[in-house]
Amino acid sequence: MSATVNPPVVFTQDELGWVSWIEPLPEAALTERHFAGLVDRARAKSEYFRLLVRDPEVLEARTKTDKDIFYNTADGLPRAERELAAAATSRYNGCIYCASVHARFASTYSKRREDVQKLLDEGVNADLGERWNAVVKASVALAATPIAFGPDNIAELRSAGLDDAEIVDVINGASFFNWANRLMLSLGEPSK
Amino acid sequence: MSTPDIIDTLAGIKPGSALDAIRARRLQARDNAQKSYLSLFEPIDAGDVSLLERAAVAAFVTGLHGESPVATFYREKLAASAGGAALLEAVEAEIARGKTSGPYGSFPSGPLSVENTAGLIYRVSAASKSVLGTRLVAALEHAHLLVFRPRDAASTDMKALLAAGWSNTGIVTFSQLVAFLSFQVRVVSGLRSLAAANA
Repeated sequence: MSATVNPPVVFTQDELGWVSWIEPLPEAALTERHFAGLVDRARAKSEYFRLLVRDPEVLEARTKTDKDIFYNTADGLPRAERELAAAATSRYNGCIYCASVHARFASTYSKRREDVQKLLDEGVNADLGERWNAVVKASVALAATPIAFGPDNIAELRSAGLDDAEIVDVINGASFFNWANRLMLSLGEPSK
Repeated sequence: MSTPDIIDTLAGIKPGSALDAIRARRLQARDNAQKSYLSLFEPIDAGDVSLLERAAVAAFVTGLHGESPVATFYREKLAASAGGAALLEAVEAEIARGKTSGPYGSFPSGPLSVENTAGLIYRVSAASKSVLGTRLVAALEHAHLLVFRPRDAASTDMKALLAAGWSNTGIVTFSQLVAFLSFQVRVVSGLRSLAAANA
């Protein structure tokens, strides 16, 4: 845990740090069981992952779920729009850290940095064109409690050109960030 | 895997259906959502969070999302857990008291403050406190925050859990549990909507 924290007060595509509010495991205490949980050994350098690795089995399963939903682009929704679903969910739930990471990815893969910034600046009602609007709206409807996602969202996604497999990628990506946002927001805080 | 896929079961996805084929294209995600469920509800080490605590939190969290096959599943899981029947009534009463609409809460003070939205700051009722005990009271109050106003979370909320007897590792597992359920209930709802649109 670092001495000084400088929390961001706006949504940004800048790189942010993250500081835990409870004790991560020290790197020296990690065993092979923990490294299996981290999946990537390099994640031992991250305070966030050294905290989550306190429950290695759950972290390993969470990480492999995450990677397949976002990185398996053999078919289905383009990576940019999966990242858009993650960024929109994070914007709506209020996770400045998660939004920063996935807004950056959305910008990188879509080459539409200005539109991504518009989502961060104006919020989930920003007009980003039919296809992105449909993805953002579906992600927001899924993030609401009670869940507001329904036939209208599916009709809009279809009308924007998404097939059922791509719609499932939106559902998976947006739903996953309801998992990720809650961990990032509640176990620590971002720092500039 | 011996346990049937929980998301497929709750979403009513039948082997050989169109959605079964679509889910098969993300096999690692499907298998690991299942492993997440098993790691949380059939853990190799329940030392920091008991099975009963997991079941009670799960029934509460999914119940807060409204009536659904997922909420029914976890309510029945709690009822079937050792000691669960004694908690069921209190958990159901707390679900009724805690139901609201989210996400709401406050942003860090600054330009985003105009988006701050007030809402219920849920606390367990006096009547349920004696039934649930200190640890579960703190857990339900924190779970409600995670479900409805995650952006309100602060370091003081971690201190409240620690003070109620939760260990650092227990807090991680418990937070994963609530966060995972937030994912699972949405995937199931989304897949059900898609299946219904094709029916």
